[in-house]
Amino acid sequence: MKHLLAAEGLDRDTVTDLLDTADELKHTLLGREVRKLPTLRGRTVITVFYENSTRTRVSFELAGKWMSADVINVSAGGSSVGKGESLRDTALTLTAAGADCVIIRHPASGAAHRLAHWLADTPAAVVNAGDGMHEHPTQALLDAATMREKLGSLDGRRIGIVGDVLHSRVARSNVHLLTCLGAEVAIVAPPTLLPSGIGTWPVTVSHEIDAELPSLDAVMMLRVQAERMHGGFFPSAREYAIGYGLSEARAALLPEHAVILHPGPMLRGMEIASRVADAPNALVTDQVANGVHVRMAVLYHLLASEGAESA
Amino acid sequence: MPETVLLKGVRRYGEGEPVDVLAAEGVIAEIAQGITPPEGADVIDAEGHVLLPGFVDLHTHLREPGREDTETVATGSAAAALGGYTAVFAMANTDPVADTAVVVEHVRRAGEAAGLVDVHPVGAVTVGLKGEKLAELGTMAESAARVRMFSDDGLCVHDPLIMRRALEYSRALGAVIAQHAEEPRLTVGAQAHEGTQAARLGLAGWPASAEESIVARDCILAAHAAARLHICHVSASGTVDVLRWAKQRGTQVSAEVTPHHLLLTHDRLDTYDPVNKVNPPLRTGADAKTLREALAEGVVDCVATDHAPHAEQDKDCEWQAARPGMLGLQTALSIVAETMVRPGLLTWRDVARVMSERPAEIARLADQGRPIAEGEPATLTLVDPDARWTVRGAEFASIAANTPYEGMELPARVTATLLRGRVIARDGRIR
Repeated sequence: MKHLLAAEGLDRDTVTDLLDTADELKHTLLGREVRKLPTLRGRTVITVFYENSTRTRVSFELAGKWMSADVINVSAGGSSVGKGESLRDTALTLTAAGADCVIIRHPASGAAHRLAHWLADTPAAVVNAGDGMHEHPTQALLDAATMREKLGSLDGRRIGIVGDVLHSRVARSNVHLLTCLGAEVAIVAPPTLLPSGIGTWPVTVSHEIDAELPSLDAVMMLRVQAERMHGGFFPSAREYAIGYGLSEARAALLPEHAVILHPGPMLRGMEIASRVADAPNALVTDQVANGVHVRMAVLYHLLASEGAESA
Repeated sequence: MPETVLLKGVRRYGEGEPVDVLAAEGVIAEIAQGITPPEGADVIDAEGHVLLPGFVDLHTHLREPGREDTETVATGSAAAALGGYTAVFAMANTDPVADTAVVVEHVRRAGEAAGLVDVHPVGAVTVGLKGEKLAELGTMAESAARVRMFSDDGLCVHDPLIMRRALEYSRALGAVIAQHAEEPRLTVGAQAHEGTQAARLGLAGWPASAEESIVARDCILAAHAAARLHICHVSASGTVDVLRWAKQRGTQVSAEVTPHHLLLTHDRLDTYDPVNKVNPPLRTGADAKTLREALAEGVVDCVATDHAPHAEQDKDCEWQAARPGMLGLQTALSIVAETMVRPGLLTWRDVARVMSERPAEIARLADQGRPIAEGEPATLTLVDPDARWTVRGAEFASIAANTPYEGMELPARVTATLLRGRVIARDGRIR
């Protein structure tokens, strides 16, 4: 693996390897006074964020620092159109300056793929930290790590993804990763928030959340972005909350062992009721904690494991 | 000095026995076997080559004025001549927009100065392509540029009342309105054909219905106005159904398809390389198949390139930041050969129809798309049907190099182009 651009195309062995590494790293660091491994000493990791995201950027930064990499954060405003340096030039500049790994968050779908294309002749690795509406592979990995921790193997498990699948890179990455791990994915959304090509995805699609909840082992509530609320995708925030929000009454329809995930930031009272978000089976903070370990595992596999350069 | 050119051993429309064709004083002087070359004649040995009337492109972006860093009327004319074209229509979405007599006359004069192919400026339908107010169509029609085709191409004349008025008004000018059919409310932020690939790649969808609904509306408006309507770059199979229906009920509607919509599909989008980004977008294999059949059947009248040069920095970037469009003039014939002639959907005689005769009729060009017969203008394109060649964008006459066919091996090649008896391109070189 030279880059991590998408969850699509990852095979089960690779994913399992990454998740196992994340587990090992988590246990290695557990109870340590100084959370620092020497693994990536002398390696330079640069995060380039063209969108604001405290959560993901901090997570990657910690992942690098806990493995002793030099981590530099570049926050770039806006897209490349008419706003100064092109993405290509930025990428070439950063690698020329010595980046071993470029972690990119960008509003354009495919930006990480383009970056990898431009850097093909360099040894630098590219990690996709979210590209437009396309993918967010490390989010799917941390979701899988979190569910695996509570549920054990995901093989044969039924996982619900509820909400704005059309615009969600989290949903796309999760569909690929979860099906790769043998889980069934149940999508629940209003028809306006489903991509028109979803019929070819390896998922079931429903508009009735109440009918799905009793059979789920986990449910993932997607964030409803403000611009969608005013984009005519549904009549009102209230109607969305009534139709698709995870209320307390709805959460009670889940089997007892089932867990609740949310990629954050949450809109309490919109897609998830406040008490549900704070319930013991809601794993939102576990997701954040596991995020660092999963990203450490990704950096380890790209930069430190044997054959990282040649694979 | 008028040239005398003798084409040896050509097959007219790819049919019948090889003959010699003598062009003198701008016309076809003689067609016979074994013509003795007159003194000083330029003899082109074209044994087995196919002779066609010069191609007419109803849809070309020559980028002048405004983006001369990507194409000029002169470089675009050269690309056209090398691609077998003898007349091109230069779209109005320049900077400034070709919405006044001054701009269209500039383009016309630049075409004459380049001296290769006939460059016909297309006038904008609305001022500044804004879709709000009719441009001075009459003044442009009466100007030295003699504009007979109007289009806001790149943008749709989306307001039904403006479109109705444009259609009605154009009747008095003997002009045709060429519509870029794209309902803008259905394509806000659109990046790719709305379907499986856009869903997978996370690209905002450009639904076929945004094209089909405008074509249906405009066919109805054109029938009501008894006006002539031309549909640019048909991309969706549903549009073909609408066109068939409109033609059956006698609507004066014609339509073009681009070479890229005949050959390429959204399957190419996996790499996010914006060289494949075009508007309307590449659609499904089923759409491409329907378009090929519609062109063979005549429901879609002709091939037009939508030749769209773009600077490297506007293409070698993120997908959604990239400009839509691709080069087409120097590959059109080969793509038509690949998609239509080789599978037996069109004969070379039919190629003459879809690349020369029908576009000339739609644009009402009296001296293009003429029969290959004695006394007719010697405006001709010579094609080696057995040639194979590899596309190299950097070798094209265009300043820009944004071809989606880079590295592809294609069949058939234009070996000579004649405009009114003068050789304007030969063996890949401008004359």
